[in-house]
Amino acid sequence: MEGTAVLGRLNWRAAEVVELTPETSQTKTITFDVPGWPGHRAGQHVDVRLTADDGYQAERSYSIASAADGPRIDLTVERLDDGEVSPYLTDELRTGDVIELRGPVGGYFVWNPHAEGTVFLVAGGSGIVPLMAMARQRALESSRIPTRLLYSARSLDDVIYRDELAELAARVDGFDVVYTLTRTQPAGWDGYGRRVDTDLLREVGPVSSELAVAFVCGPTPFVEAVASGLVELGHEPARIKTERFGPTGG
Amino acid sequence: MLSFRWPDSLLLVTQAVVRQSELHQREKEEEMPPISRGFRGRRRDDAPSDRVPPGQYVTDDFPVLSAGPTPHTPLDDWDLTITGEVDGLRRWSWDEFRALPSEPVTVDIHCVTKWSKLDSEWEGVSLDTLLDGVDTTAEYVVAFCDGGYTTNLPLEDLTEGKAWIAFAFDGEPLEPEHGGPARLLVPHLYFWKSAKWVRGLRLAATDEPGFWEQNGYHNYGDPWKEQRYWGD
Repeated sequence: MEGTAVLGRLNWRAAEVVELTPETSQTKTITFDVPGWPGHRAGQHVDVRLTADDGYQAERSYSIASAADGPRIDLTVERLDDGEVSPYLTDELRTGDVIELRGPVGGYFVWNPHAEGTVFLVAGGSGIVPLMAMARQRALESSRIPTRLLYSARSLDDVIYRDELAELAARVDGFDVVYTLTRTQPAGWDGYGRRVDTDLLREVGPVSSELAVAFVCGPTPFVEAVASGLVELGHEPARIKTERFGPTGG
Repeated sequence: MLSFRWPDSLLLVTQAVVRQSELHQREKEEEMPPISRGFRGRRRDDAPSDRVPPGQYVTDDFPVLSAGPTPHTPLDDWDLTITGEVDGLRRWSWDEFRALPSEPVTVDIHCVTKWSKLDSEWEGVSLDTLLDGVDTTAEYVVAFCDGGYTTNLPLEDLTEGKAWIAFAFDGEPLEPEHGGPARLLVPHLYFWKSAKWVRGLRLAATDEPGFWEQNGYHNYGDPWKEQRYWGD
């Protein structure tokens, strides 16, 4: 019963690594097979737990990158050089390894297919991950909800899921992507080349009467700038949902 | 027709055995997590284990987490109220609030997203001061905030030196990202209970789940019992 599943304890589950996909120099997607996975909503996260042979444990939270589709889930992990958990996940894990995870967690920063108007996704760096889950869920459901992704990355090489985002935009079903590259732009780049500010949000985003909901995810200064920019443009604060990727821990 | 019926006592025994084995199964799972081959972890010598709850790691940073845009209420428009099941509404303007006796508070804080920060230094007004003389039969509180955020707590978790309305961090006025001008500070619970941008407390006879409590997070949030999510 679904109600029971929601109210029951989220137990730790064994999750086997079935695929490792390098995305950029700093990020890798890890596909897990999780028998009994109850499904999730796009935007939710899981807790990951590692155990050393002397019993020492470390836990971290990671956003789910994949749409809900059976017992497999993808996590895209950014390697933080001084992190405790992320370098293990990106560098040490091999297919066949088993770690523990529990979830899905979070009921607010989630794709809501009933929203009316345009959904505005705004990603900074690896903040794309939960928004990618939303784009994938949308495609999986053949949704035609108008959805615009504004994706800020340092350079083209730092863009995660670039080919797949191009494919999603090529479906011409109401989804499109606008990039801004804040540090280096390739020769002939015709996209934006500056940090997201209020002007850029005005140019790229929907007007306030057309905004269904905005999902903003990235590092704290990015989220602060985008969320306050959207408020300045007249969007209702209650329609702006934020999630932050802190620079710590990892 | 003769129908066989298990004696109730035997049924109970069977159920007890089943329950026992489920319990064993769960204990076994919790006792023997898979070893993460080659994982050493990075333990900190300066973080005594009796100060770091299970599943937490210590950080020196102060990460920011919130569900929406940061509100910026001018101090002239700011007030703090205690309302609900009380003998009369209490209200303080910013100047009145700042004129109340306050105290320095050095506490460890624990965020449900896994970071803990030891010896964080705050300045705030004790809830005992704010609730002094309030006559109520209420047992629960909803803290309400600019931006619409709410969180619920038992009233007894706010009294007897356990909670403050904090207005300074590290000797500086509390920054808006961290909940300024003032936030609730309830360090013995996960930090989402320490509501940012707090504007008041509503006392009630019944418990009413707040924002995160309606969105998958534990109703009480004791970090030492690792009460992170529904069902924990």
